[in-house]
Amino acid sequence: MNPRLSQKIAFSLLFLATLLVVLPVVVILAIIVAKGASAISWEFLFSMPRDGMRAGGILPAILGTLYLVLGAVLFAVPLGVAAAVYLVEYSGNNRFSRLVKLAIVNLAGVPSVVYGLFGLGIFVIFFRFGASILSGALTLGIMILPVIITSSREALESVPRHFRTVSLSLGASRWQTIRHSVLPHALPGIMTGMILGLGRAAGETAPILFTVAAFYLPRLPQSVFDQTMALPYHLYVISTQVPGIPENVRYGTALVLLTLVLLLNLAAIILRSRFRGKKKW
Amino acid sequence: MGDFCIETRGLDLFYGDFQALTAVDLQVPAREVTALIGPSGCGKSTLLRVFNRMNDLIDGVRVAGKVLVDNEDIYAPDADLLRLREKVGMVFQRPNPFPLSVYENIAFGLSVHRLAGRREYGMVVEQALRDVLLWDDLKDKLHKSALSLSLEQQQRLCIARVLPLKPQVLLMDEPCSALDPIATLHIEDLMRKLKSDYTIVIVTHNMQQAARASDRAGFMYLGKLIEFDETAKIFTQPRQELTENYISGRFG
Repeated sequence: MNPRLSQKIAFSLLFLATLLVVLPVVVILAIIVAKGASAISWEFLFSMPRDGMRAGGILPAILGTLYLVLGAVLFAVPLGVAAAVYLVEYSGNNRFSRLVKLAIVNLAGVPSVVYGLFGLGIFVIFFRFGASILSGALTLGIMILPVIITSSREALESVPRHFRTVSLSLGASRWQTIRHSVLPHALPGIMTGMILGLGRAAGETAPILFTVAAFYLPRLPQSVFDQTMALPYHLYVISTQVPGIPENVRYGTALVLLTLVLLLNLAAIILRSRFRGKKKW
Repeated sequence: MGDFCIETRGLDLFYGDFQALTAVDLQVPAREVTALIGPSGCGKSTLLRVFNRMNDLIDGVRVAGKVLVDNEDIYAPDADLLRLREKVGMVFQRPNPFPLSVYENIAFGLSVHRLAGRREYGMVVEQALRDVLLWDDLKDKLHKSALSLSLEQQQRLCIARVLPLKPQVLLMDEPCSALDPIATLHIEDLMRKLKSDYTIVIVTHNMQQAARASDRAGFMYLGKLIEFDETAKIFTQPRQELTENYISGRFG
C-alpha cells in the first residue's frame, strides 16, 4: 500500500480510538448535567432531606461524603507514604519486601464489597466502633492504601539517584537524606496518588454500605462515632429503593457527587502544581 | 606517618567476587593536588570512593587492608561515617546541584550538620561562593534555581557546596568531563587556588589535565597502583614501562 495512504489510515484509526475513549465521559457528563441541573438550588445543597427524601436537600449526604473522604485520606496517606518510604529507601529487595509488594498488588485487586465486609468485621464489630464515620473512613482508607503506596513508591523511585548520593556524600544521615533530598521531590507524585485515592474513596458505595452509611438520617453527624448519609449510597437508595423520587433529584445528586470529586481533585492538583513549580529537575 | 592526609596499606576491594583493587599502598600528602590516572575500569574511581566510603552504597562491597584519613582508620568498626563525609567532601563527574536555589544548595550541609545558626548562613554562603569565585556572578541570583546556571557555574557551585563543612579533603571524580575546554581550565585554576587550604584528590581521564593541575600522580591499571610519584616524574621519566606506554598514548 502507498505509505502516505497507510499513514493516513493509521492516524484516522488512532484518532477514532481516542475519540471513543473520550466519548463516554462527555456523554455521561452531558446527560447528568442536562437532567440534573434543574434540581440544583440553594435549598438542595444546604438543607436536610424531608418527606422520605422526596423533598428538601442532601446536605447530610454531602457532608458525610466529605468527612469520609477526608478521614480516609488522613488515615491512608501518612501510612501509605511511610510504607512506601520503607519499601523504597530502607528494605532493599529482600524476601520480606517482595512479599509486601505482592500483598499490595493483591490488595489493589480486592473487590470493594470485600473491603466493606472486612470493615464490618474489624472496625464495626471487633473494635466496637459501630457503624460510624470512623469505621467507614478507616475502611475507605484501607481500600485506597494500595493506590497511595504504589504511586508513592513510583514517585520515590523517580527521584534521581544522585540526589541521594550527593546528600550522603555531604555527610547527611539516611533519614536526613530521605527527609530533605528525596521526599520533597517526590511530593508531586505522592499527591497524584492522593488525588486518585480521593476520587475512589468519594465514589465507592460497597465499603461504606456496612460500615457507616445511613439510609435516611436527616440530621448532621455530631462525632466520628455517628452514622451519616453519604452521596454514593444515597444515590443508590433514591434510584432503586424509594419510589416516587423526581428524576431531576436523582441526576442532581449524581451531579453533586461528580462536582464534589472534581472540586477535591482540582484543589489537590492546584496544590501539586505549586509544589511542582518549585521542584524541577 | 603523620605527614600524610590519606594513607592506604594493602588495600583490597571486592565487588562480590570481582576484585576491583589489589594491594594498593598510597600516601596522599596534605595540601597538594594528587591525580589518579589510568584507563577506564582500572579502579581509580573506586579508590577515590574508598576515601569517603561511598562504595558502601553498593551491595556486596568488601574491603580489606587499612585506610587512614587524618590518621583515623576509616574502616574501623566504630568509625563515624557522617563525620568522615563531613571531613572528606566529594565533587562528582556531572554537575549535580539539587533542584533548589543557589543559596539552599550551599546551606544544605550547614543545616544537615547544624554547623551554624540560621543568621550566620548568609555569611557562610557568601564565603563559599567567594572561595569558588562565583560570588560576583551570583550575588544577585542567590535565590534563582541552581539548575538555571551554566554547567561550569553548576560545577563550581557543587564545589562550593562542600566547603561550608570545612572538609580537609576534596575528592573530585572527573570533575571536568562534562565541561568545555575553557571551563575546564577555570576549574583547574580553582583547584590550584583551593589546594592551599584543602587536600585534593582528582580522578581524571585527561592526561593533560593531570599534568597541568596535579603535584603528584598515581597511575593505576587493573586495580593496582602501578606507580605513584611527583607528576613531573611520572610524565617525564616514569619507572614502569606500563606507565610510559599509557602516558605516551600507546593504550588506554
